[in-house]
Amino acid sequence: MKPLLEIKDAVKTIYNDDDNLNILNNINLTINPKDFLVVLGTNGAGKSTLLDAITGTNQLTSGQILLNGDDITSENLAKRSRHISRVYQDPKSGTAPRMTVAENLLLAKRRGLPRRLRLRDLKSHMAEFQELISNLPTLDNRLNTFTDKLSGGQRQTLSFLMAIIQRPELLLLDEHTAALDPQTSKDLMELTNRIILEKELTCMMITHDLSDAMKYGNRLIVLKKGEIILDLNQEEKSKLTEADLLQYF
Amino acid sequence: MNLIVSTISQGFIWSIMAIGLFITFRILDFPDMTVEGSFPLGAVTAVSLIQSGHSTIYALCIAFIFGCLAGFATAFLYAKLNVPILLAGILTMTALYSINLRILGKANMSLTKSANIFNQFGLDKLPTNFNGIILGIIIIALIIFLLIIFLNTEKGQAVIATGDNETMAASLGINTTVMKFIGLMVSNGIVALTGGLIAQQNGFADVNMGIGVIVIGLSAIIIGEVIYPDVPLSVRLITVVIGSIVYRLILMIVLQLGFNTNDLKLISAIILALCLALPTIRAQFLKTLRNGVKTK
Repeated sequence: MKPLLEIKDAVKTIYNDDDNLNILNNINLTINPKDFLVVLGTNGAGKSTLLDAITGTNQLTSGQILLNGDDITSENLAKRSRHISRVYQDPKSGTAPRMTVAENLLLAKRRGLPRRLRLRDLKSHMAEFQELISNLPTLDNRLNTFTDKLSGGQRQTLSFLMAIIQRPELLLLDEHTAALDPQTSKDLMELTNRIILEKELTCMMITHDLSDAMKYGNRLIVLKKGEIILDLNQEEKSKLTEADLLQYF
Repeated sequence: MNLIVSTISQGFIWSIMAIGLFITFRILDFPDMTVEGSFPLGAVTAVSLIQSGHSTIYALCIAFIFGCLAGFATAFLYAKLNVPILLAGILTMTALYSINLRILGKANMSLTKSANIFNQFGLDKLPTNFNGIILGIIIIALIIFLLIIFLNTEKGQAVIATGDNETMAASLGINTTVMKFIGLMVSNGIVALTGGLIAQQNGFADVNMGIGVIVIGLSAIIIGEVIYPDVPLSVRLITVVIGSIVYRLILMIVLQLGFNTNDLKLISAIILALCLALPTIRAQFLKTLRNGVKTK
């Protein structure tokens, strides 16, 4: 199987006056299509830096990133966004607060495409957007609601929908349920899992929740001090308990 | 009556500047000090061109283009060289003072009465001060119409998204740097256009006429928002016009009460401060009122 994403010898160094710190230390990682990769690690392990490097938000100090075999290491965020979408931890990071739910979805519909000087076509997309949110009690009938009037859970659900409305080749979830209350977090995680499986998306999800890490995904890696110290497939993962995982922290 | 009509006329013309400022202050969500330089830039450009024999329309078009270039300079400092936006605006504004002196050749210049857009195209046949109202309405309608159309295009939506949430916009592949350039250029173009109009209305251009214009523009925006809170973006552009007229009427009333005209800038700043504080005062008042009801 041709890998979707290959990260080769990735190093990200922060230069200080007295000491240089490798946030990512020679990371090598291959993600295949339909992988649902769960990433665990302590704070400062380099999880978000790894996602930043994949999206192009932060460039690597050295190393190479290949997407479908093409070297995207020097491509900027805008170019990579055509293939990669990301949901952030903070519900406010993923939506435009002074635009409506439908307007946000329309923006996401053109993810990675040039924004032309032609009238937006909101009306013709309303039926599609309505269908998208029809099974979500939190967002139903909210298409014309301004996003700043939504709760954190509603905004994060919208962020997730925006990330998948234009099918991404790689979906990155950066602790996307961490800022929500337990019930909302559970609901969103269920929705996330259902859509990833239904649409056969390739996903990389960072989480601090060990039970979520055990329950979801078909592959698990643990990062520590910028290095991958554990990489398990579905079968290996199923043999572990949460207590086993704890020893890697 | 004539005073009120004159005040409303000024409110209409100044509201064009406030609409320009609205693009940066409310859509891109940052304060742009460039306007204090681009406003007199438009004035001196228009007056210089008119005095050298060019048509008033041509002069206003060039004033708009020069304003766009001023916005480009600020955008370059801010979006390309990472200079903080306040500093970028102040740098451009400072540089424009010398450029304005170069364009005008001296600190101020008067216009002959005939070479004035307010006395052309049949506007001179209207009753006193109605020419400003009619011309203002025409230009405002045109600018608001074009802005609403633009903001409803894919590019316009990208500009709004950039101001709303730059992280999100960038992650959706929107080139936020380009959007900042567009916003700052269009904004300063409109502000310079207003400078050209005000210079013609006043009959002169002065390199110092930009001092305090940002307060005037912000007052119009804030007063409009206080009167009409929570309205859609396109309606907010109209509330800016209403805010500008109300602001001028408040100033007129204050001056009619006998305040010294030298205190105009002080009064302007106080009015803006009051308007900015109004939501907090209102919330505090309602809270006190509720507490009072509970106690009873």
